[in-house]
Amino acid sequence: MSDIDNKNKEINEFLNKSYEYGFTTEIESETIPPGLDEEVVTLISKMKNEPEFLLKWRLKAFNHWKKMPQPDWAKLSIDPIDYQAISYFSKPKNDDGPKSLEEVDPKLLETYEKLGIPLHERAKLAGVAVDAVFDSVSVVTTFKDKLAEAGVIFCSFSEAAIDHPELIEKYLGTVVPVKDNYFAALNSAVFSDGTFVYIPKGVRCPMELSTYFRINEAKTGQFERTLIVAEEGSYVSYLEGCTAPMRDENQLHAAVVELVAHKDAEIKYSTVQNWYPGDEDGKGGIYNFVTKRGDCKGENSKISWTQIETGSAITWKYPSCILRGDNSTGEFHSIALTNNLQQADTGTKMIHLGKDTKSKIISKGISAKSSQNTYRGQVTMSKGAKNSRNFTQCDSLLIGSNAGAHTFPSIDVMNSSSILEHEATTSKIADEQLFYCMQRGISEEDAIGLIVSGFCKEVLNELPMEFAVEARALLQVNLEGAIG
Amino acid sequence: MAKILSIKDLHVDVASTPIINGLNLEIESGETHAIMGPNGSGKSTLAKTIAGHPDYKIKSGEITYMDHDLNDLPIEERSNLGVFLGFQYPIEIPGLSNTAFLKAAINAKRKYNGLEELSASDFLIDLKEKSKMVEIEQKFLSRGVNEGFSGGEKKRNEILQMLMLEPTLSILDETDSGLDIDSMKVVASGVNAFRNENTSSLIITHYERLLNYITPDYVHVFHNGVIIKTGDIQLAKDLEKRGYEWLTNP
Ligand SMILES: Nc1ncnc2c1ncn2[C@@H]1O[C@H](COP(=O)(O)OP(=O)(O)OP(=O)(O)O)[C@@H](O)[C@H]1O
Ligand SMILES: [Mg+2]
Repeated sequence: MSDIDNKNKEINEFLNKSYEYGFTTEIESETIPPGLDEEVVTLISKMKNEPEFLLKWRLKAFNHWKKMPQPDWAKLSIDPIDYQAISYFSKPKNDDGPKSLEEVDPKLLETYEKLGIPLHERAKLAGVAVDAVFDSVSVVTTFKDKLAEAGVIFCSFSEAAIDHPELIEKYLGTVVPVKDNYFAALNSAVFSDGTFVYIPKGVRCPMELSTYFRINEAKTGQFERTLIVAEEGSYVSYLEGCTAPMRDENQLHAAVVELVAHKDAEIKYSTVQNWYPGDEDGKGGIYNFVTKRGDCKGENSKISWTQIETGSAITWKYPSCILRGDNSTGEFHSIALTNNLQQADTGTKMIHLGKDTKSKIISKGISAKSSQNTYRGQVTMSKGAKNSRNFTQCDSLLIGSNAGAHTFPSIDVMNSSSILEHEATTSKIADEQLFYCMQRGISEEDAIGLIVSGFCKEVLNELPMEFAVEARALLQVNLEGAIG
Repeated sequence: MAKILSIKDLHVDVASTPIINGLNLEIESGETHAIMGPNGSGKSTLAKTIAGHPDYKIKSGEITYMDHDLNDLPIEERSNLGVFLGFQYPIEIPGLSNTAFLKAAINAKRKYNGLEELSASDFLIDLKEKSKMVEIEQKFLSRGVNEGFSGGEKKRNEILQMLMLEPTLSILDETDSGLDIDSMKVVASGVNAFRNENTSSLIITHYERLLNYITPDYVHVFHNGVIIKTGDIQLAKDLEKRGYEWLTNP
């Protein structure tokens, strides 16, 4: 009950605010000049003291990428991106990697405060370990000791490459191969940093793990790389949240996330994405092209994706599950909200390979103003996926009459014992619902926020409680001016 | 006694059709007025016009609530000033819990009046007590607003909202329609609990039955968007026996 109260309070606080994270931290940066060739790829690897195998891997990816055409099949209209105009590495000066909190540049901490991530308090109070990424370099990692006790590895990707090369070499690219798609190949070549999580056999990670990504430097693309490995019988819940300062130029964000769940392991991966969406006229904003995929490798393993996508000018993202292990489970819970001229093309792929595998897809799309919101999903039941099941529910909510909602579900069934169910609805916020709320004293904007959070309830309930508050607040902020 | 609502020569159009045609009505604090009248005579139109529904256009005349010209006020402000409408057809808001909805409404009103938000515990104590009064079980409160509620449950939920929001003027549009006898008693006791010298009610009903539990000070007969006769409870009893013919078509 009190969480509901908190949520409402937060919603009210966020009311009538415009994008409030539009500030820039004035810290000198080391930035590689714009451009991309083998030399730049090598330089990135060298600056990070990476082992040789990783450099080779990057170069292989780069050579694939050079030959690939940019995809244009998504229901998005994208201005051509000039990849030679982007700088591929940027990090705050005087910072060669994670430090203890005391050593951190106070300006950085101040930035996080403004973003609502008071590290020292929040981390302690909520029991959340935060690995904060400022531009490309992990600045600080908290709670590492406690995690280390449990044998959990939670560190920046760069650290992991040096401290745990055998794990990186074993798993990197096994779920999202370098050739997988254009943006994944680009990421593989130039990824700057990210997060590595390793949960040993039988361990239940003692706390929620969380990373906040943030773009700061102008004209730098962010290429995060996240790898989570859950050994047999382990459990981890991980949350990634993002905000970015206001920029006039579009910024590219091309992340790759790979999850590996062994026998009886479970990974819960939640995202609250609030990149800058651009202004009312569609100027500025982040291009968010992300490849997220989980491999349910072992029997009875489970991977669930929960995402709240409210930001970015363009979102192109399909967190997917490969249900390899028998009796494994994949879930996708999504809220995608678009306003003004935002475009979102998101969904999931559930690839059933093992017997008795189950997948569930709950997608809630909300589109306001002239925005376009597309659900694109694929469910494949392979020959061997006997007695597998999928349930898909796709709901769209339209606000105003210019917004668009599109649903492209695709199914591919190669055996006769699998069962698929699909439900889809499209609704509008009814004027009578607004009138009802307003008659009870609630302003129109708050009323829209409440109705939308009701529409999204099933997905919001999947989020760790402390983040559900933030998610509701973000929905409210991003719906600002949706009517009228 | 203070004047709560004063309607003078009101003309209202709906979809370019005149529905209210020169209505006059005065309600003082502490008074309970009942409005009866044939289907389509404009009763709900009056209720929604007072509440500020955008489809109901005031062509001429005035509605004064306390010292405010209601025509100038946004919907939510009317509510925050103490105007409550119990809907004839309460709408469903899927997924939004009744509790969250009520809390938002109460805090909106408190904010408007420069008050702090109600603490979660005070809110819950109040909610528990009042939901008991209208016999709404706790488990209903965590369900979506009116989501899957039966007709009678929806009406009792309207009374619960009224009790929680503590309005000054309560307009109840056929809150008794479709209720079984026990539910009707519950609704009536809710309305009576709300009644005091500072509050007023405008009760739209088709049945004299309710008025036996909530004794109104006045009974008005509505026809073609005007009041054609005013009396007391006896008028309601006559209508029950004789119908509207003798008044509308004498
Ligand atoms: N939104 C609307 N659009 C068009 N006509 C409307 C609208 N609302 C009301 N009307 C018309 O206005 C007239 C009065 O309707 P109203 O709902 O006020 O009647 P009522 O007295 O409440 O009737 P009942 O006893 O059946 O509830 C009716 O003819 C109705 O069809
Ligand atoms: Mg009516």
